[in-house]
Parts: sequence; C-alpha cells; structure tokens
Amino acid sequence: MTSRWRWPLRILALGYLTFLVVLPVGSIFFRAFQHGFATAWSAVTTPDALHALWLTFIVVLIAVPLDTAFGVGVALILSRHRFPGAWLLDAFVDLPLAVSPVVVGIALILVYGKTGWFGNWLAARGIQVIFSVPGIIMASATVALPYVVREVLPVLQEIGTDQEQAATTLGAKPLAIFRRITLPSIKRSLAYGVTLTTARVLGEFGGVVVVSGAIAGKTETLTLFISDSFDNLNIVGAYAGAVILALIALLVLAIFARDTTKEGRKHRWRSPSDPSPSDSATLLLSTTSASISPMAH
Amino acid sequence: MGRFVGPGLAVTYLSLLVVLPLAALATKAFSNGFSTFWQAVSQPEAVAALKLTLLASLAVAAFNALAGLVIAWVLVRDEFPGKQVVNAVIDLPFALPTVVAGLTLLTLYGPNSPFHLNVADSRVGILFALAFVTLPFSVRSVQPVLAELDRETEEAASSLGASSSGVLWRIILPSLAPAMLAGAGLAFARAVGEFGSVVLISGNLPFKTEVASSWIYSLSQSDQLTQAAAISVVLVSVALLVLLGIGVLRRHFDISEAV
Repeated sequence: MTSRWRWPLRILALGYLTFLVVLPVGSIFFRAFQHGFATAWSAVTTPDALHALWLTFIVVLIAVPLDTAFGVGVALILSRHRFPGAWLLDAFVDLPLAVSPVVVGIALILVYGKTGWFGNWLAARGIQVIFSVPGIIMASATVALPYVVREVLPVLQEIGTDQEQAATTLGAKPLAIFRRITLPSIKRSLAYGVTLTTARVLGEFGGVVVVSGAIAGKTETLTLFISDSFDNLNIVGAYAGAVILALIALLVLAIFARDTTKEGRKHRWRSPSDPSPSDSATLLLSTTSASISPMAH
Repeated sequence: MGRFVGPGLAVTYLSLLVVLPLAALATKAFSNGFSTFWQAVSQPEAVAALKLTLLASLAVAAFNALAGLVIAWVLVRDEFPGKQVVNAVIDLPFALPTVVAGLTLLTLYGPNSPFHLNVADSRVGILFALAFVTLPFSVRSVQPVLAELDRETEEAASSLGASSSGVLWRIILPSLAPAMLAGAGLAFARAVGEFGSVVLISGNLPFKTEVASSWIYSLSQSDQLTQAAAISVVLVSVALLVLLGIGVLRRHFDISEAV
C-alpha cells in the first residue's frame, strides 16, 4: 500500500484499540486507586472479599489439576491410539468452547440439581452440588476443559513415538517412559495449557453465576464478588477485585509475549523435541480457534 | 486390564462434565415434545432476546472483520516503535475475565464517562461489549494470512500499471476473504453466547437490551428450566452450525494453518 495510506490506517487501527481496549482497561486501575491504595486494600480485605478470594483459590486448586490430568490423558490417547470413535472424543473435548457458559450452568443443573437426573441419588447421600462449591468447581472445570488438550495434542502428534518405542524395546516401564521421555518433550506446551486453564477458571463467570446462587461469603468467587459489589454500589470493591483479575490477565499476556520475542515468530515449533509456541497470536489462536471454537466466557 | 483404566477415567470425566449435561439439556428442551420447545422459543420475550442477540452478533462480526483487517494490516505491513506491545494488547480481551471487561467498558462509556458518552443500558452498549470480546478473533484470523501473502504478485500488478485500489480489490482482498470470513464466523459464534461482558453494560431491559444468554439466566433464576433449556438448545445449535461452516470453509480454502 502506498505511503499515502500509512498514517490514516495507523491512526484508525491504534485509535480503535486505544478506545476499545487500552483506555477502558487502564481506567479500572485509575478508578480502583482513585481514593488511595488504602481504600482499595480495605475493600478487598472485607470478610466477603477474602472469602471470595479463598474460594477462587480452592476452585483453581481443584479444577486445574483435574483438567490437566484429563487433558494430558486425552492428548496421549488421541495421539497414540487409533480407535473407532476417536473423532467423537475429539469433538466432545472442544464442545465447551462452543457453548455459552450460562448454558453450561443450566446443563449442569439439569443433571446435578434437585430435580436433575442424579438429583435424588445425590440428595439421598446428602451431597449438594448445585448452589454449592462442587457445582462451582464443575462449571469452572467444564469451561476450561479443552485448553490442555489443545496445547499438548499437536506437540505429541509432532514428536511421534520413535523415542518411546525405542525405550520400550530397551525394557523401560510405561511410567518411566512418560516421566523421562514424554513429559520433558511436552513440558512447554503443558505449561501454556495450564496457564490458559488457570486464567479461564479464574475468570469464569456465566457458568458459575448460574450454578452457585451467588451467596455472599458462601458461594461467591472473585468474579461473582465483582458483579455483586457493583450491583450493591460497593464500587471500590468491584474495581479493586477487577484490578486483581486484570493484573493476572496482564501477567498471562506478559508470559506469552516474552516467549514470542525470545523464540522469534512464524515457526510454531522450534524443533520437534523442544516445542515452543510461536507468537502469542498463533498460540492463543491455536487454542481457541484452531479447534474451530471461540472461547466463550 | 490396566490399559483401560486411563481411557475409562477420561471418558467418565468427559461424560460427567460435558456429555451428560448436554444430553440432559436436549432432553429437557423436548421433554414434553416439540410443542413445549416451540412455545418456549416463540415467547415474545424469547423472540426479542434471540433477535437482538443474532443481529448484534452479526453487526459486530461484520464491523470487526473490517477493523480486524485494518489492525492486522498495520501489524504486518507497518513498522513503528512499540509494535510488539500493540500485538500483545490484541489478546487482552481473551485473557481478561468477561465481568472485568464489562466493568472496564462501563467505567469509560457508562454514566460517569469522562467522554460524556453514556452507552449503559442501551443496545449500543451491547455492541461495545461484543466488539471488545470478539476483537482477537477478527485480528488473529487475518494476520497470519496477510503475513504469508506473496508480495511479488502485488508488485507485479502495480508494475503492470494497476492502481493501488486495484491491487487491494483484485489481489489482496480476494486472498484474505476466506480468513476474514472464518474470523467473522468465530466472532459471531462467540458473541451469540456472550454473557459476562454484556450483562453489566446492557442493564438487561426486557425487549430492549436483554440478550439470549441473560434471558436464559433469568429463566434459571425463576426455575423455568424447560424454557431455559429450549433457548440454550437454540444458542448451541447456532454456534455449532457456524463452527461447522468454518470447518468446511477451512478445508475448502486450505487455511487451516492460519485460522
């Protein structure tokens, strides 16, 4: 394009980004600390806020390891075995990305709620899932389910099974092979997958709001605390909570951006044995849309 | 025996979290036959919410396809200090929790807007929120294709006397069109189910700013699960159809690497 168009396009692109993304996100930092750091600090150290932080921490602590174990397992199954119905497993793993999180919440209620499929069975054993912490964990684990698989699977497919087979013929046990050969080669993509899963679980709202009942101090995660604070005109609390989550989001971006500049662009994997995602662009895209599915919050 | 434990656990986990809940959703939506489903979907408030959701998503997907093209263009063909930062900023809407996104937009374009631009409780507010969350899809689907585009063709065309608008319309846009369309499809599918970012800024006024996902939410609050399931089935079907279309598009134009 001729240089005549350079400046208009530059201004258009950067202007749109500034007014749609940069200024709004910047403004919550301003609003949170508008009345001083102490005010913001006290707003996120109220009992309800601390409980929300604690519950969010618990949810991450349970949902992320479950999703990670599942993700690595499914990636291994899909890359190492040919079996009828593999495509179905593949498709179902991606499904949460295509489904609105509110819908995920409704669907969970229909199975685990009082009138749901397992309602009577659970009630007879005194287990409450919906409007309780297990439901929150399930909703979060569901929406974040695909990320580890999507990160790890392409790497496993790329590295193939030569080394594993060699180890097997030399008499290595499956667990040793996984620990000494498979794990080191997927380490990096696994780290990305876990990062994305954690970010997704931390930020989950739609699914959690439906299954939790949002009871302050009981079933309120940080995102619910933010929206609840906002509705109850606890504006500083809402902004302070938002700042915590925004900082985590920026940290995630910084991790991806740092690796981008370090590894250079374009090449998705540096070498088969040491896979490293290309720029954050293709990385996030590979997770969210290479699997033809938008990440719906 | 041992070799079935791993796959068994994985399938159980997937069933408990995804397969059974979605099966329950479909079953519930048609629990009393097609007429209950149709009743739920054709209720005036449901029709209004679905119409608003589809139209707003379509408008945003189309607008962001253009905005995404311009941004991708600047990121690929332009050089300026701080480009890497701008490139990273594109992914911010992916990383930011949607409630936080809604709050940020409300701060700048709500009742206390420093620009005196208040779009809270209006349909324009919904467009803002959807544009925010779908931006990465629109940029990231075009960007790699543009980067791979053979510039020699463009140079050959201009050396043969093609005007720059001729090059744009005859060479660049035709090669980018499939990727733009795929990006718009992803943006649309995402926008249709969006909840967190919209809910704060839209105000959820029935027949005015209530989108389908908030209608589902309010149905669930009043325990009308059959209706909620019916609308959910519509949303899921729309998203799946669009994604299926993108899959076909991808195979047809061989843009799997890019998108």
